Order: sequence, then C-alpha cells, then structure tokens
Amino acid sequence: MEEQLYTISVYTENRVTLLHQISMIFSRRCLNIDSLSVSACSIEGVHKFTITCFSSRTMMEHVVKQIEKRIDVIKAFLMTDDEILFQEVALYKVPTESVVNTDIEDIVRRHGARVLEIHPEYTVFEKTGHTDEIMELYRHLKPLGIRQFVRSGRIAVTRSSRELVDEFLEKRIAAYQRSKA
Amino acid sequence: MYEKITGSEILIRALADNGVDCVFGYPGGQIMPVYDKIYENQHGVRHFLARHEQGAIHAAEGYARATGRTGVVVTTSGPGAMNLLTGLADALMDSTPIVAISGQVGCGMLGKDAFQESDVISSVLPVTKWALQVRRAEDIAPAISRAFYIANSGRPGPVVIDLARDAQVGSAVYEHQSEPFIRSYDSDPELQEDEVSEAARLLNEAERPLLLAGHGIMISGAEKALADLVEKAGIPVGCTMLGLSSIPSSHPQYVGMLGMHGNLGPNINTNRADVILAVGMRFDDRVTGDVRKYAPDAKIIHIDIDSSEFDKMIRCDLHLHSDARKALDALLPLVDKRERKEWRESFDRHERIEAERVMARELSCVAPEGKMLMGGVVRKVCDAFGNDAIVVTDVGQNQMFAVKYSQFNQTRSLISSGGLGTMGFGLPAAIGAKIGKPDRPVVLFCGDGGLQMTVEELGMIMEYGIDVKIILLNNNFLGNVRQWQHLFFNRRYSSTPMVNPDFRMLAGAYGIAAADVADVSRLDSAVAEMKAHDGAYLLNVNIDETDMVFPMTPGGNGVDEILLNESEYYKPV
Repeated sequence: MEEQLYTISVYTENRVTLLHQISMIFSRRCLNIDSLSVSACSIEGVHKFTITCFSSRTMMEHVVKQIEKRIDVIKAFLMTDDEILFQEVALYKVPTESVVNTDIEDIVRRHGARVLEIHPEYTVFEKTGHTDEIMELYRHLKPLGIRQFVRSGRIAVTRSSRELVDEFLEKRIAAYQRSKA
Repeated sequence: MYEKITGSEILIRALADNGVDCVFGYPGGQIMPVYDKIYENQHGVRHFLARHEQGAIHAAEGYARATGRTGVVVTTSGPGAMNLLTGLADALMDSTPIVAISGQVGCGMLGKDAFQESDVISSVLPVTKWALQVRRAEDIAPAISRAFYIANSGRPGPVVIDLARDAQVGSAVYEHQSEPFIRSYDSDPELQEDEVSEAARLLNEAERPLLLAGHGIMISGAEKALADLVEKAGIPVGCTMLGLSSIPSSHPQYVGMLGMHGNLGPNINTNRADVILAVGMRFDDRVTGDVRKYAPDAKIIHIDIDSSEFDKMIRCDLHLHSDARKALDALLPLVDKRERKEWRESFDRHERIEAERVMARELSCVAPEGKMLMGGVVRKVCDAFGNDAIVVTDVGQNQMFAVKYSQFNQTRSLISSGGLGTMGFGLPAAIGAKIGKPDRPVVLFCGDGGLQMTVEELGMIMEYGIDVKIILLNNNFLGNVRQWQHLFFNRRYSSTPMVNPDFRMLAGAYGIAAADVADVSRLDSAVAEMKAHDGAYLLNVNIDETDMVFPMTPGGNGVDEILLNESEYYKPV
C-alpha cells in the first residue's frame, strides 16, 4: 500500500483528555504523528486538532473512524494536500554578528520571511509557509550558524465554504429538538 | 427537596434513578464515604462484595449480559481501580454495558503520588467507551446520567467515573436528570431507505444467501425480527460465538456456529454463498480466518451500529449504519418469500459428516481409564436442564466444547468472554448472571486453569448463597494451549501441566456442595444429583487431557480449510 502524508482534521468538544483519546489511536498502531496543532475553530466551544501522519490510506481511514468513535469527538476528516490550504510557521535564531555584512536582507526578502527581533547577540527570523519552503530558508541560514530553530505543526482549512462539522451539528440539534417536541 | 446532601448520597440516589438494583464492589480508603451511604441502604441498591475487583467487574459483566441492563462496579482508588482494567477491556471488546465508579484521592493530592493514587483516566481511556473524572458534588448526578446513557446506548461498552474524594464529601442539591443529549454522539443513527431497498434487492436476487448473526441481535432485541426475516426469505443463519442463542438451536434455519472451531456447514458455505448479510457482528479474525480467502463469491451487506467496524476486516458491498432490529424490521416487508430448499439442505450434508466424524466420539464421552470427554459432559448437563439454563463459560477448550455442545432454547443464554478471551471470567460472570436472572438456572463450564484465576469468588457464592452449578472440566492441563503445543509446537508441553488442589475440598471450605466424577459410569447420576441439589454445586469431572477441539481452522487458513482431526482436512463434496 502506497504511503503519503495525510492531514486529519478532528473537531472535538473542549474537554480534558481529548489529546490523549486521539493520540492513543495512533500509538496503538505504532503510528508516528508527524505534526499536531490544536486550537479553537469558528464554532464556539468546538476545538480543532490538525494532525499530519505519513501512512497508507487504508490505515488512515481506520484511524479516522476510530477517532470519530470517541464520544467527545464530533467529527474527523481525512484529507490530502490538494484538498486543503495549509501553513506552518518557523522561527530561526542566528548570531547577530554573523548576519552583519551578508546578503541577509536579500535572503529574507526572497523567502518572504521577516525579522522578529534584533538583539546585540542574536537575531530571530520568522517564516510562514509549507515545510519545504521553511526548510529552504533553513538551508540558506545554516552557514550563519543557527542557534535555535522551531517549526510549528501544520494548520489547515478546507476549500469548502464552512466548517466541515456545521451541517452535522445542525442535523444533531434538529434531531434533538424533534425528540423534545 | 432542595436540601443539600453529600456527593456520596447523590451518587446512590443517581444510581437508583438509573434503575440500578445492585452493585458489585470492594471498599477501600478513597471510596469510604460512598460505602458509608451503601451501609444505610436507603435507595434499594444492594451491594455484593467480591473478593477481588476483577471478580467484581466480571460479575457486573455477567449481570449485564444476562439482563441487558448496565452492570455497576464500585472500587477504591489506585489498586482497586487498576484491578478493573482486564474487565474493562473485556467489556469493551464484547460490547457489554458497564459503569465503573472508582474512588480517587482528593483533588489537592492529584499528581503528587499520594497513597493509593493512580492516573485512572489515562489508564482506562484505551479500554473504555468513555471516562470522566468528577471533582465536585454538583457534577455527580449529570455525570452518572451521562455514564449510563453512553454505556447502554449505541454499541454498549464500559464507562469509568473517577470520583475524587472532594466530590464524595462535598455537598449539593440532588436534581433528577433527564436523558442527556450529546451532540457529538449519535446513539441511534437514521436508517437510509435507499440502502435498505438495495439490501433487499441483493437478498431477493440471491440464490445462496447466508445470514451471520452476531451479538448485536440480542443487544438490540432483534431476535424476533431475525427469525421473521429468515423464515420468510429462506435464509440460513450462522451465529458468531457471542451471537449464539439469538435464534433457538432447533430453529429450521439455524445452521451452526461460525469460525475457527465452528461447524462445518456455515464455514464451508461462507465461501459458497452469493450474498452474505452480516448483522451486529464485526468479522473477528476468529470468524474469518484468512481474510483474503473469505467469501470470494459473495456480495456482503454489513449492518452495524458502530460505523468504525465497516471495512475494518472485510471490504463490504453495502453498509447499513443502524440498530440491528430497526434494519431487520425495515427489510422484512421488502424481501420476497422464498424457500431456497436446495441451498438450505446443502448445510445438512456437512452437518451429518461432522456428527459422524467428530461429534459422535465426543458425545460418547468415553476415553481411556474411565476418563471423560468435554463435549459429552456438556451435552449431558444441558440435557438435564432442558436446554433452558444460562450457560456461562470460562476460556479455552472448556469454552469451545461448552458453546459447541450446548443447545439453546432462549435468548441471552450464553455468557462467554469472546473478544478478549479472559481466563477467570467464568466464575464471577456466572455469579453476576444468577443475581441478574435468579429464576433461570445458571451452569458454568470451566477448566482447572481458569477457575483458579478467580477462584476466590467462591466466597461470593458462600456469602450470598448464589445457586450456580459449576462443572469443572478438569484435565490437570491448560488444555487449549496444550492442544496448540500438540499441533504446532512439536508436542512440547511447556508449562501447561498443572498440579491442582483437591477441588472438592476447596469447595467444601467455602461450604459449597461438591462431587468428584472420576469415572464415566458415575456421570449420569452425578449430573442428576447436582441438578437436584438446592444451591451451588461443584462437579469436578475427570477429563481426558488428550482430547482436542475439532473441527478447527488453524490460523492463516481460509474459513473453509478445516481440520477434522489432527491429520485430516475436510474435503467437502
């Protein structure tokens, strides 16, 4: 089975233990989570996990269903890169003395990065983009001596006009109201 | 009415409001406020003291499986809660509704390695349907209401409520809870009409349909819907192990058990069927054998309330995400009345051969030195109870012989650890089943290995006078492992012979009547004496250790590649 990078969006209630409930589905199968980011989404009280994992489609389909089976998970979706808009952010710290008298300004501009802070001892650059773009800048900064580097997990939105769970939640609320009536 | 009461009293009232009449448990330091309320016994919730928390949760499982109601277990923190893990995993695998309430240290001590503190929620999440820590008295009633709703709706399963000491001793007003609405959890998915008609079309066009009945039939109360459908449409029914008793063994469309040690007919014909209707079952690897060789000619329709089961083991052609009873009721008016006589009769050929080649010897019960064979003992006991007893099993050869040689007249008559295969399940589960169904006889078939894993629960039988008939199929071996060692490990019986205690004396120590049956000539009278005895009884039967369970589909084989004995594969004509 061919493996590739998949993005999983998980919409959940905002409760403790959700991270554990989701990550254990991966660890049970010894799957390594490539990146993970968690935040609120556009629906009040709903949190969104964006997870990337390198695996096969069959494996990911099973994982997504088992995540969705957890009671506090509202919905989970499996997506490939062509179905989403996604970004990561990275911070690079280099010695200030090493950037003096270099073509750093040109590098920063070409890579769409920006300077976050200049300190007498160090300078921090910030770049938003895809992994390969972030790593491309890394390669250019490496000769200057990178002292610290960090890259965030992927965040993603779909090409659909609303949150993917909107329709599901509307249906659930309607069913609830019908049962009450 | 608006008076504040302690969290512990709220808990007991909430249990009573959720229909709980009994709990199984074991007290300890961090659950003492709750036990103080149990002592008052004000709300009709009876407590049964197990001898080990694992025994308590298996008893709760037995109770739940026999009645369909949620089994409840109460333990202390730390070791008490940790001793539940096996039972929780068992209940999750076998879709058994359980609410487990474990005490927990005070909130201020959480995470500080307090005495008898353990991280219960993190430990139980992988083996529960849901788990929640409750830290305030006012949160108890909503949490309990949610716990019971989740445990016993949709696909049932175990739920843990980790009750911090603060919640037990704090106080709040008790408010009766209505059924919770959980937006993220649809316990009763809507049946899609187009999918039902497509399923009916496939069934109507089928010449050789086979219905696989799983545990879901009984969980959803679909026994009648199942019988109605297969009688009208002329569909043979095979049962998974946990699906046994969902249709009477004598039903004309019933063709036997599926799987590794199932009957020849349904296994062979799985690979000859043109349409398979799988209901409330999950294509366990013990049922399918090698999935690449499974049902090559069949369109497969899968009905299940748990959509994560779809395409997990076997790719199916049609999924009906629904309660089994709703789906079968909807199918009934759409299926044509058919007999399919020839197809039904094709099972009988295999059944006859199995009866002659495998079962006849087993039913004779005769082995060298007067020893007995498990299958024959099982059949004699079931006959004695008119096939109306609840049959509980432990795990291993005793289990396979018990399920294969029992006959069932009534639903919910088999209680066995299927998915997890938990040795030690049998004795406490039988106790729980009897407590849940006091009017039905309960017989337990167990081996000498499994019995000793939870033998301390004989204490429960003694203390509460539980009438469980224990048939100990004693071969002084871990028989199933021995069988595999015999077949696949060159007869090297590593750590399977057992030096056993005198079980009759052991039962006697607990005041339980018992008899040894050393010789087959004594078997009939011993079974009759056991049945006539008023109260619990242990029958220690001298079993031939060389006996093996057949037919058998060894691991890696296709479902129709079946050993009739240790050297001969079945060659169906």
